Amino acid sequence: MSLEILRAGLQTTVQDLGRFGAAHLGISASGAADSLSMRIGNLMVGNPENTTAIEMTLTGDTILFHSDAFIALAGSKFKIDLDEKPFPFWSGTYILAGQVLTIGPTLNGARCYLCVRGGLQVKKIINSASTHLTSGIGGLNGSILKKGGRIAFGNLDNMIQPIKNMENFPSTDTTTIRATKGLQWDWFDNQNRKLFFEKEYQVSTLSNRMGLRLSGQSILSSKGNEIITEGMPLGAIQIPGNGQPILSFVEHQTTGGYPKLANVISADLYKVGQLKPRDQFQFQLVEFPEAEKARLEQENYIRSLKVHYR
Amino acid sequence: MALNHTPQFVPASDQSVLVKFGEEISNEVHQQVFTFYHFILKMPIKGVINIHPAYASILFTLEQNAGLHKTLTLIKKSWKASTQMRIPEARQVKIPVLYGGEFGEDMDRVSQHTGLDPVEIIKRHQGGSYLVYFTGFSPGFPYIGGMDPSLSTPRLTTPRKQVPAGAVGIAVEQTGIYPLSSPGGWNLIGQTPIKIFDWPHPTDLRVRMGDSIKFISVTKEEFDQLKENVT
Repeated sequence: MSLEILRAGLQTTVQDLGRFGAAHLGISASGAADSLSMRIGNLMVGNPENTTAIEMTLTGDTILFHSDAFIALAGSKFKIDLDEKPFPFWSGTYILAGQVLTIGPTLNGARCYLCVRGGLQVKKIINSASTHLTSGIGGLNGSILKKGGRIAFGNLDNMIQPIKNMENFPSTDTTTIRATKGLQWDWFDNQNRKLFFEKEYQVSTLSNRMGLRLSGQSILSSKGNEIITEGMPLGAIQIPGNGQPILSFVEHQTTGGYPKLANVISADLYKVGQLKPRDQFQFQLVEFPEAEKARLEQENYIRSLKVHYR
Repeated sequence: MALNHTPQFVPASDQSVLVKFGEEISNEVHQQVFTFYHFILKMPIKGVINIHPAYASILFTLEQNAGLHKTLTLIKKSWKASTQMRIPEARQVKIPVLYGGEFGEDMDRVSQHTGLDPVEIIKRHQGGSYLVYFTGFSPGFPYIGGMDPSLSTPRLTTPRKQVPAGAVGIAVEQTGIYPLSSPGGWNLIGQTPIKIFDWPHPTDLRVRMGDSIKFISVTKEEFDQLKENVT
Protein backbone atom coordinates (compact mmCIF):
# COMPACT_ATOMS: atom_id res chain seq x y z
CA MET A 1 0.00 0.00 0.00
CA SER A 2 1.45 3.37 -0.93
CA LEU A 3 0.79 6.97 -1.85
CA GLU A 4 2.61 9.13 -4.36
CA ILE A 5 3.25 12.87 -4.51
CA LEU A 6 2.07 14.17 -7.92
CA ARG A 7 2.69 17.81 -7.05
CA ALA A 8 4.75 18.92 -4.06
CA GLY A 9 3.47 21.48 -1.56
CA LEU A 10 5.49 24.41 -0.26
CA GLN A 11 7.18 22.55 2.61
CA THR A 12 5.76 19.11 3.21
CA THR A 13 7.53 16.75 5.60
CA VAL A 14 7.04 13.41 7.31
CA GLN A 15 6.58 13.90 11.08
CA ASP A 16 5.70 12.12 14.28
CA LEU A 17 5.81 13.61 17.80
CA GLY A 18 9.59 13.98 17.77
CA ARG A 19 12.95 12.44 18.47
CA PHE A 20 13.60 12.40 22.21
CA GLY A 21 16.52 11.29 24.34
CA ALA A 22 19.24 12.77 22.11
CA ALA A 23 19.48 16.43 23.18
CA HIS A 24 22.78 15.61 24.95
CA LEU A 25 24.12 14.62 21.51
CA GLY A 26 23.10 18.01 20.11
CA ILE A 27 19.97 16.62 18.43
CA SER A 28 16.74 18.51 19.03
CA ALA A 29 13.38 16.74 18.97
CA SER A 30 11.81 18.11 15.77
CA GLY A 31 8.31 16.56 15.36
CA ALA A 32 4.97 18.00 14.30
CA ALA A 33 4.81 21.79 14.61
CA ASP A 34 1.17 21.50 15.71
CA SER A 35 1.41 18.24 17.61
CA LEU A 36 -2.07 18.62 19.12
CA SER A 37 -3.73 18.51 15.68
CA MET A 38 -1.58 15.61 14.54
CA ARG A 39 -2.47 13.58 17.65
CA ILE A 40 -6.20 14.16 17.05
CA GLY A 41 -5.83 13.39 13.33
CA ASN A 42 -4.20 10.08 14.18
CA LEU A 43 -6.98 9.21 16.64
CA MET A 44 -9.54 9.93 13.90
CA VAL A 45 -8.15 7.10 11.80
CA GLY A 46 -7.55 4.81 14.77
CA ASN A 47 -3.78 5.27 14.95
CA PRO A 48 -1.81 5.66 18.16
CA GLU A 49 -1.15 9.42 18.68
CA ASN A 50 2.54 9.18 17.80
CA THR A 51 1.98 7.58 14.38
CA THR A 52 3.98 8.96 11.44
CA ALA A 53 1.95 11.41 9.31
CA ILE A 54 2.43 14.14 6.71
CA GLU A 55 2.78 17.81 7.69
CA MET A 56 1.92 20.42 5.05
CA THR A 57 2.77 24.10 5.30
CA LEU A 58 0.80 26.99 3.71
CA THR A 59 0.15 25.05 0.48
CA GLY A 60 -0.46 21.30 0.36
CA ASP A 61 0.34 18.58 -2.15
CA THR A 62 -1.51 16.62 -4.81
CA ILE A 63 -1.42 12.99 -3.72
CA LEU A 64 -2.33 9.83 -5.63
CA PHE A 65 -3.34 6.82 -3.54
CA HIS A 66 -2.17 3.56 -5.09
CA SER A 67 -4.36 1.57 -2.70
CA ASP A 68 -7.52 2.00 -0.64
CA ALA A 69 -6.97 4.05 2.49
CA PHE A 70 -8.71 5.47 5.53
CA ILE A 71 -7.47 9.03 6.05
CA ALA A 72 -8.14 12.21 8.02
CA LEU A 73 -7.02 15.82 7.62
CA ALA A 74 -6.34 17.78 10.78
CA GLY A 75 -4.97 21.15 11.83
CA SER A 76 -5.70 24.25 9.78
CA LYS A 77 -8.28 24.08 7.06
CA PHE A 78 -6.70 24.00 3.58
CA LYS A 79 -8.58 23.89 0.25
CA ILE A 80 -9.03 20.15 -0.29
CA ASP A 81 -10.61 18.18 -3.14
CA LEU A 82 -10.83 14.46 -3.84
CA ASP A 83 -11.04 13.91 -7.61
CA GLU A 84 -12.19 17.53 -7.91
CA LYS A 85 -14.99 17.22 -5.33
CA PRO A 86 -14.78 18.94 -1.90
CA PHE A 87 -13.37 16.68 0.80
CA PRO A 88 -14.28 16.79 4.51
CA PHE A 89 -11.91 18.13 7.14
CA TRP A 90 -11.48 16.74 10.71
CA SER A 91 -13.16 13.46 9.73
CA GLY A 92 -11.98 9.92 9.04
CA THR A 93 -12.88 9.10 5.42
CA TYR A 94 -12.41 6.06 3.15
CA ILE A 95 -10.88 6.65 -0.25
CA LEU A 96 -10.21 4.22 -3.07
CA ALA A 97 -7.12 3.17 -4.96
CA GLY A 98 -6.54 5.53 -7.90
CA GLN A 99 -8.19 8.55 -6.27
CA VAL A 100 -6.33 11.84 -6.19
CA LEU A 101 -6.37 14.17 -3.20
CA THR A 102 -5.57 17.79 -4.09
CA ILE A 103 -4.60 19.92 -1.12
CA GLY A 104 -4.31 23.57 -2.08
CA PRO A 105 -3.54 26.74 -0.14
CA THR A 106 -4.50 27.30 3.48
CA LEU A 107 -7.79 28.95 4.34
CA ASN A 108 -6.66 29.71 7.87
CA GLY A 109 -3.43 28.80 9.72
CA ALA A 110 0.00 27.55 8.64
CA ARG A 111 -0.23 23.75 8.91
CA CYS A 112 -2.41 20.82 7.97
CA TYR A 113 -1.82 17.11 8.71
CA LEU A 114 -2.66 14.09 6.60
CA CYS A 115 -3.03 11.03 8.81
CA VAL A 116 -3.40 7.61 7.21
CA ARG A 117 -4.73 4.54 9.03
CA GLY A 118 -1.83 2.21 9.71
CA GLY A 119 0.71 5.02 9.54
CA LEU A 120 3.43 5.87 7.05
CA GLN A 121 6.24 3.38 6.67
CA VAL A 122 9.40 5.45 7.01
CA LYS A 123 12.76 4.42 8.41
CA LYS A 124 13.26 5.57 11.99
CA ILE A 125 16.38 7.23 13.34
CA ILE A 126 16.67 7.25 17.16
CA ASN A 127 13.11 5.95 17.49
CA SER A 128 11.54 8.65 15.36
CA ALA A 129 10.58 9.18 11.72
CA SER A 130 10.46 12.96 12.11
CA THR A 131 12.19 14.97 9.42
CA HIS A 132 14.77 17.39 10.86
CA LEU A 133 15.28 19.73 7.93
CA THR A 134 18.16 21.69 9.47
CA SER A 135 20.13 18.48 10.02
CA GLY A 136 18.91 16.83 6.81
CA ILE A 137 17.77 13.60 8.49
CA GLY A 138 14.56 11.65 9.10
CA GLY A 139 11.47 11.38 6.92
CA LEU A 140 12.22 10.80 3.24
CA ASN A 141 15.98 11.40 2.79
CA GLY A 142 15.94 14.14 5.43
CA SER A 143 14.20 16.49 3.07
CA ILE A 144 10.85 17.98 2.11
CA LEU A 145 8.64 15.71 -0.02
CA LYS A 146 9.17 16.12 -3.74
CA LYS A 147 7.22 15.27 -6.87
CA GLY A 148 7.40 11.53 -7.47
CA GLY A 149 8.04 10.74 -3.80
CA ARG A 150 6.38 7.47 -2.80
CA ILE A 151 5.60 6.36 0.74
CA ALA A 152 4.26 3.00 1.88
CA PHE A 153 1.58 3.00 4.57
CA GLY A 154 -0.60 0.72 6.67
CA ASN A 155 2.07 -1.36 8.38
CA LEU A 156 0.95 -0.83 12.00
CA ASP A 157 -0.69 -3.63 13.93
CA ASN A 158 -1.60 -1.86 17.18
CA MET A 159 -4.61 -0.06 15.74
CA ILE A 160 -7.55 1.22 17.75
CA GLN A 161 -11.15 2.16 16.87
CA PRO A 162 -11.23 5.49 15.05
CA ILE A 163 -12.91 8.35 16.89
CA LYS A 164 -15.87 9.89 15.06
CA ASN A 165 -18.15 12.93 14.99
CA MET A 166 -15.92 15.17 17.04
CA GLU A 167 -17.56 18.34 18.28
CA ASN A 168 -15.04 20.37 20.23
CA PHE A 169 -11.90 21.18 18.29
CA PRO A 170 -8.84 23.04 19.54
CA SER A 171 -9.21 26.81 19.24
CA THR A 172 -7.77 28.22 16.01
CA ASP A 173 -7.40 31.69 17.49
CA THR A 174 -3.71 32.60 17.40
CA THR A 175 -4.04 36.28 18.35
CA THR A 176 -2.94 35.61 21.94
CA ILE A 177 -0.07 33.30 22.91
CA ARG A 178 0.49 32.70 26.62
CA ALA A 179 4.00 32.68 28.09
CA THR A 180 5.70 32.21 31.46
CA LYS A 181 8.75 34.11 32.76
CA GLY A 182 11.94 33.05 30.99
CA LEU A 183 15.25 32.02 32.56
CA GLN A 184 16.71 35.55 32.21
CA TRP A 185 13.55 37.43 33.25
CA ASP A 186 15.66 39.52 35.66
CA TRP A 187 17.83 40.77 32.78
CA PHE A 188 14.93 43.00 31.71
CA ASP A 189 13.52 45.99 33.58
CA ASN A 190 9.81 46.54 34.28
CA GLN A 191 9.38 48.90 31.36
CA ASN A 192 10.73 46.39 28.83
CA ARG A 193 8.73 43.51 30.29
CA LYS A 194 5.59 45.65 30.11
CA LEU A 195 6.25 46.67 26.49
CA PHE A 196 6.82 43.06 25.48
CA PHE A 197 3.41 41.95 26.73
CA GLU A 198 1.56 45.11 25.62
CA LYS A 199 2.68 45.40 22.01
CA GLU A 200 1.72 43.27 19.03
CA TYR A 201 4.36 41.24 17.22
CA GLN A 202 4.39 40.15 13.62
CA VAL A 203 5.80 36.83 12.39
CA SER A 204 8.64 37.59 9.98
CA THR A 205 8.96 35.82 6.62
CA LEU A 206 12.36 34.51 7.82
CA SER A 207 10.60 32.10 10.19
CA ASN A 208 10.83 28.32 9.91
CA ARG A 209 10.58 25.14 11.97
CA MET A 210 13.80 26.06 13.80
CA GLY A 211 12.55 29.40 15.01
CA LEU A 212 10.16 32.27 14.44
CA ARG A 213 11.66 35.69 14.04
CA LEU A 214 9.29 38.33 15.37
CA SER A 215 9.20 41.96 14.38
CA GLY A 216 7.77 44.78 16.45
CA GLN A 217 8.72 46.55 19.67
CA SER A 218 12.46 46.22 20.36
CA ILE A 219 13.25 44.86 23.80
CA LEU A 220 16.31 46.08 25.66
CA SER A 221 18.20 43.90 28.08
CA SER A 222 19.82 45.67 31.05
CA LYS A 223 22.63 43.06 31.23
CA GLY A 224 23.62 42.62 27.58
CA ASN A 225 22.65 39.97 25.08
CA GLU A 226 25.07 37.17 25.74
CA ILE A 227 24.66 34.57 28.44
CA ILE A 228 26.92 31.62 29.22
CA THR A 229 25.55 29.13 26.69
CA GLU A 230 22.85 26.97 28.30
CA GLY A 231 20.09 24.50 27.31
CA MET A 232 17.27 25.84 25.16
CA PRO A 233 13.68 24.98 26.07
CA LEU A 234 11.09 24.60 23.29
CA GLY A 235 9.19 27.87 22.94
CA ALA A 236 11.93 30.03 24.49
CA ILE A 237 11.68 33.72 23.56
CA GLN A 238 15.23 34.94 23.10
CA ILE A 239 16.28 38.58 22.82
CA PRO A 240 19.34 39.12 20.59
CA GLY A 241 21.25 42.40 20.31
CA ASN A 242 18.82 43.99 17.82
CA GLY A 243 15.99 43.62 20.37
CA GLN A 244 13.71 41.66 17.98
CA PRO A 245 12.57 38.43 19.70
CA ILE A 246 13.30 34.97 18.32
CA LEU A 247 10.95 32.15 19.36
CA SER A 248 12.73 28.75 19.48
CA PHE A 249 10.68 26.09 17.75
CA VAL A 250 10.67 22.31 17.12
CA GLU A 251 14.02 22.16 15.28
CA HIS A 252 15.71 24.55 17.72
CA GLN A 253 19.38 24.32 18.62
CA THR A 254 19.78 22.30 21.83
CA THR A 255 21.75 25.11 23.49
CA GLY A 256 21.85 28.86 22.95
CA GLY A 257 23.52 32.06 24.11
CA TYR A 258 20.85 34.78 24.00
CA PRO A 259 18.96 35.82 27.14
CA LYS A 260 15.46 34.37 27.37
CA LEU A 261 12.77 36.82 28.46
CA ALA A 262 9.82 34.44 28.40
CA ASN A 263 8.68 30.99 27.28
CA VAL A 264 5.53 29.99 25.42
CA ILE A 265 3.43 27.64 27.57
CA SER A 266 3.19 24.02 26.39
CA ALA A 267 -0.58 24.24 25.87
CA ASP A 268 -0.11 27.07 23.33
CA LEU A 269 2.80 25.59 21.35
CA TYR A 270 0.34 24.16 18.82
CA LYS A 271 -0.79 27.72 18.10
CA VAL A 272 2.80 28.69 17.30
CA GLY A 273 2.73 25.86 14.74
CA GLN A 274 -0.23 27.56 13.09
CA LEU A 275 1.32 31.04 12.89
CA LYS A 276 2.01 32.19 9.33
CA PRO A 277 4.45 34.81 8.13
CA ARG A 278 2.93 38.30 8.67
CA ASP A 279 0.42 37.07 11.30
CA GLN A 280 0.05 39.49 14.22
CA PHE A 281 -0.34 38.40 17.80
CA GLN A 282 0.26 39.38 21.40
CA PHE A 283 1.93 37.58 24.29
CA GLN A 284 0.11 37.19 27.59
CA LEU A 285 2.01 36.59 30.83
CA VAL A 286 0.80 33.70 32.99
CA GLU A 287 2.26 32.11 36.12
CA PHE A 288 3.72 28.59 36.16
CA PRO A 289 0.80 26.87 37.98
CA GLU A 290 -1.64 28.22 35.39
CA ALA A 291 0.62 27.11 32.52
CA GLU A 292 0.94 23.64 33.95
CA LYS A 293 -2.81 23.40 34.53
CA ALA A 294 -3.42 24.29 30.87
CA ARG A 295 -0.95 21.61 29.75
CA LEU A 296 -2.53 18.88 31.89
CA GLU A 297 -6.03 19.96 30.76
CA GLN A 298 -4.93 19.57 27.15
CA GLU A 299 -3.66 16.07 27.94
CA ASN A 300 -6.99 15.26 29.60
CA TYR A 301 -8.83 16.54 26.55
CA ILE A 302 -6.89 14.12 24.30
CA ARG A 303 -7.56 11.30 26.76
CA SER A 304 -11.29 12.12 26.80
CA LEU A 305 -11.42 11.84 23.00
CA LYS A 306 -10.10 8.32 23.24
CA VAL A 307 -12.67 7.38 25.88
CA HIS A 308 -15.76 9.10 24.46
CA TYR A 309 -15.40 8.42 20.80
CA ARG A 310 -14.13 4.90 20.84
CA MET B 1 38.47 18.61 44.69
CA ALA B 2 36.17 21.62 44.72
CA LEU B 3 33.34 21.56 47.18
CA ASN B 4 29.96 20.82 45.59
CA HIS B 5 27.69 23.75 46.36
CA THR B 6 23.99 23.03 46.02
CA PRO B 7 22.97 24.11 42.53
CA GLN B 8 19.87 26.14 41.75
CA PHE B 9 16.80 24.25 40.51
CA VAL B 10 14.48 26.52 38.51
CA PRO B 11 11.59 25.98 36.05
CA ALA B 12 12.65 27.13 32.57
CA SER B 13 9.15 26.63 31.15
CA ASP B 14 6.11 24.69 32.39
CA GLN B 15 7.73 21.60 30.88
CA SER B 16 11.44 22.05 31.65
CA VAL B 17 13.78 22.58 34.60
CA LEU B 18 17.24 24.16 34.66
CA VAL B 19 19.83 22.99 37.15
CA LYS B 20 22.44 25.72 37.43
CA PHE B 21 25.85 25.09 38.98
CA GLY B 22 27.42 28.50 38.59
CA GLU B 23 27.88 31.65 36.54
CA GLU B 24 31.26 30.89 35.01
CA ILE B 25 33.05 28.72 32.47
CA SER B 26 35.58 26.79 34.53
CA ASN B 27 36.92 23.31 35.05
CA GLU B 28 35.52 23.29 38.62
CA VAL B 29 31.97 24.03 37.53
CA HIS B 30 32.34 21.64 34.59
CA GLN B 31 33.29 18.79 36.95
CA GLN B 32 30.04 19.29 38.85
CA VAL B 33 27.96 19.41 35.66
CA PHE B 34 29.77 16.37 34.28
CA THR B 35 29.34 14.29 37.45
CA PHE B 36 25.58 14.86 37.50
CA TYR B 37 25.33 14.33 33.72
CA HIS B 38 27.17 11.05 34.00
CA PHE B 39 24.93 9.94 36.84
CA ILE B 40 21.64 10.66 35.04
CA LEU B 41 22.79 8.91 31.87
CA LYS B 42 23.10 5.79 33.99
CA MET B 43 20.10 6.43 36.22
CA PRO B 44 17.40 8.16 34.13
CA ILE B 45 14.88 10.29 36.01
CA LYS B 46 11.19 9.42 35.70
CA GLY B 47 9.30 12.03 33.67
CA VAL B 48 12.43 13.38 31.92
CA ILE B 49 12.68 12.91 28.13
CA ASN B 50 15.68 15.05 27.22
CA ILE B 51 18.76 16.45 28.93
CA HIS B 52 20.76 19.41 27.62
CA PRO B 53 24.11 19.76 29.40
CA ALA B 54 26.08 23.00 28.94
CA TYR B 55 29.02 24.90 30.52
CA ALA B 56 27.46 25.48 33.93
CA SER B 57 24.00 23.95 33.79
CA ILE B 58 21.80 21.08 32.67
CA LEU B 59 18.32 21.60 31.22
CA PHE B 60 15.78 18.81 31.68
CA THR B 61 12.79 18.49 29.32
CA LEU B 62 9.78 16.77 30.87
CA GLU B 63 7.14 14.45 29.46
CA GLN B 64 3.77 15.95 28.45
CA ASN B 65 2.11 14.47 31.52
CA ALA B 66 4.85 15.05 34.09
CA GLY B 67 4.19 17.33 37.05
CA LEU B 68 6.63 20.26 37.15
CA HIS B 69 7.06 20.41 40.91
CA LYS B 70 7.14 16.65 41.34
CA THR B 71 9.79 16.16 38.67
CA LEU B 72 11.84 19.06 40.02
CA THR B 73 11.90 17.26 43.37
CA LEU B 74 13.01 14.02 41.68
CA ILE B 75 15.81 15.91 39.90
CA LYS B 76 16.95 17.38 43.24
CA LYS B 77 17.01 13.93 44.82
CA SER B 78 18.94 12.56 41.88
CA TRP B 79 21.52 15.36 42.18
CA LYS B 80 21.98 14.58 45.89
CA ALA B 81 22.59 10.93 45.07
CA SER B 82 25.02 11.87 42.29
CA THR B 83 27.32 13.76 44.68
CA GLN B 84 28.25 10.41 46.21
CA MET B 85 29.62 9.32 42.85
CA ARG B 86 33.25 9.58 42.01
CA ILE B 87 34.05 11.89 39.08
CA PRO B 88 34.70 9.70 36.05
CA GLU B 89 38.20 9.97 34.68
CA ALA B 90 38.57 12.05 31.51
CA ARG B 91 39.18 10.10 28.30
CA GLN B 92 42.25 11.16 26.34
CA VAL B 93 41.40 11.58 22.68
CA LYS B 94 43.82 12.39 19.87
CA ILE B 95 42.46 14.26 16.85
CA PRO B 96 44.63 14.08 13.73
CA VAL B 97 44.56 17.34 11.74
CA LEU B 98 45.93 18.25 8.33
CA TYR B 99 46.72 21.93 8.86
CA GLY B 100 46.79 24.70 6.24
CA GLY B 101 46.74 24.53 2.47
CA GLU B 102 43.42 23.77 0.80
CA PHE B 103 42.02 22.45 4.13
CA GLY B 104 42.88 25.58 6.07
CA GLU B 105 41.69 28.35 3.81
CA ASP B 106 41.73 31.00 6.53
CA MET B 107 45.27 30.36 7.77
CA ASP B 108 46.40 33.67 6.24
CA ARG B 109 43.56 35.54 7.91
CA VAL B 110 44.45 34.04 11.31
CA SER B 111 48.06 34.91 10.59
CA GLN B 112 47.18 38.55 9.88
CA HIS B 113 45.04 38.86 13.02
CA THR B 114 47.45 37.18 15.40
CA GLY B 115 50.73 38.37 13.85
CA LEU B 116 51.95 34.77 14.00
CA ASP B 117 53.20 32.77 11.04
CA PRO B 118 51.37 29.53 10.10
CA VAL B 119 54.11 27.32 11.59
CA GLU B 120 53.71 29.07 14.95
CA ILE B 121 49.88 28.93 14.73
CA ILE B 122 50.00 25.17 14.12
CA LYS B 123 52.49 24.73 16.96
CA ARG B 124 50.35 26.68 19.43
CA HIS B 125 47.11 25.03 18.30
CA GLN B 126 48.68 21.58 18.76
CA GLY B 127 50.29 22.60 22.03
CA GLY B 128 47.06 23.22 23.91
CA SER B 129 45.38 20.71 26.19
CA TYR B 130 41.71 20.96 25.53
CA LEU B 131 38.55 20.08 27.43
CA VAL B 132 35.23 19.18 25.82
CA TYR B 133 32.76 21.06 28.01
CA PHE B 134 29.67 19.54 26.36
CA THR B 135 28.00 18.59 23.08
CA GLY B 136 25.30 20.97 21.99
CA PHE B 137 23.90 23.43 19.49
CA SER B 138 23.79 20.98 16.55
CA PRO B 139 24.34 17.20 16.17
CA GLY B 140 27.65 16.13 17.70
CA PHE B 141 29.04 19.67 18.00
CA PRO B 142 31.68 19.77 20.78
CA TYR B 143 32.21 22.93 22.85
CA ILE B 144 35.97 22.88 23.29
CA GLY B 145 37.83 25.04 25.80
CA GLY B 146 41.52 25.61 26.31
CA MET B 147 42.83 27.30 23.17
CA ASP B 148 45.91 29.53 23.52
CA PRO B 149 44.33 33.05 23.68
CA SER B 150 47.05 34.38 21.34
CA LEU B 151 45.27 32.51 18.50
CA SER B 152 42.03 34.43 19.03
CA THR B 153 40.59 35.62 15.69
CA PRO B 154 37.14 37.15 15.03
CA ARG B 155 34.57 35.18 13.01
CA LEU B 156 34.34 35.72 9.26
CA THR B 157 32.17 38.73 8.44
CA THR B 158 30.28 36.66 5.87
CA PRO B 159 29.78 33.04 6.93
CA ARG B 160 30.47 30.32 4.35
CA LYS B 161 27.40 28.59 2.91
CA GLN B 162 29.09 25.22 3.21
CA VAL B 163 31.89 24.10 5.52
CA PRO B 164 32.95 20.44 5.10
CA ALA B 165 32.54 17.88 7.89
CA GLY B 166 35.75 17.60 9.91
CA ALA B 167 36.82 21.22 9.35
CA VAL B 168 38.84 22.60 12.27
CA GLY B 169 38.41 26.29 12.94
CA ILE B 170 38.87 29.23 15.27
CA ALA B 171 36.14 31.68 16.35
CA VAL B 172 37.25 34.39 18.78
CA GLU B 173 38.78 32.47 21.74
CA GLN B 174 37.33 29.09 20.82
CA THR B 175 38.50 26.30 18.61
CA GLY B 176 36.13 23.72 17.21
CA ILE B 177 35.46 20.92 14.78
CA TYR B 178 32.46 20.81 12.43
CA PRO B 179 30.96 17.31 12.91
CA LEU B 180 28.79 17.65 9.79
CA SER B 181 28.90 19.74 6.68
CA SER B 182 27.03 22.97 7.47
CA PRO B 183 27.10 26.74 6.99
CA GLY B 184 29.62 28.43 9.27
CA GLY B 185 31.63 31.51 10.08
CA TRP B 186 34.71 30.06 11.77
CA ASN B 187 38.25 30.64 10.44
CA LEU B 188 39.29 27.32 8.94
CA ILE B 189 42.84 26.25 9.74
CA GLY B 190 42.70 22.54 8.99
CA GLN B 191 40.68 19.37 8.70
CA THR B 192 40.48 16.09 10.56
CA PRO B 193 40.12 12.90 8.50
CA ILE B 194 38.13 11.15 11.25
CA LYS B 195 34.36 11.08 11.63
CA ILE B 196 33.32 13.16 14.62
CA PHE B 197 29.64 12.31 14.22
CA ASP B 198 27.90 9.64 12.17
CA TRP B 199 24.11 9.47 11.77
CA PRO B 200 23.96 5.65 11.64
CA HIS B 201 25.70 5.61 15.05
CA PRO B 202 24.61 8.86 16.73
CA THR B 203 25.52 7.85 20.29
CA ASP B 204 29.00 6.80 19.25
CA LEU B 205 30.58 10.24 19.48
CA ARG B 206 34.34 10.34 18.84
CA VAL B 207 34.59 13.49 20.92
CA ARG B 208 32.44 13.49 24.05
CA MET B 209 31.60 15.71 26.97
CA GLY B 210 34.40 15.52 29.56
CA ASP B 211 37.06 14.33 27.08
CA SER B 212 40.53 15.75 27.18
CA ILE B 213 41.71 16.21 23.60
CA LYS B 214 44.97 16.81 21.74
CA PHE B 215 45.30 17.90 18.12
CA ILE B 216 48.03 16.04 16.24
CA SER B 217 49.39 17.40 12.95
CA VAL B 218 49.40 14.83 10.12
CA THR B 219 50.75 14.86 6.57
CA LYS B 220 48.59 14.60 3.43
CA GLU B 221 49.58 10.92 3.08
CA GLU B 222 48.57 10.14 6.68
CA PHE B 223 45.38 12.15 6.18
CA ASP B 224 44.44 10.08 3.11
CA GLN B 225 45.14 6.84 4.98
CA LEU B 226 43.02 7.88 7.98
CA LYS B 227 40.18 9.34 5.90
CA GLU B 228 36.71 8.18 6.98
CA ASN B 229 33.71 9.09 4.89
CA VAL B 230 30.93 10.87 6.75
CA THR B 231 27.49 9.56 5.79
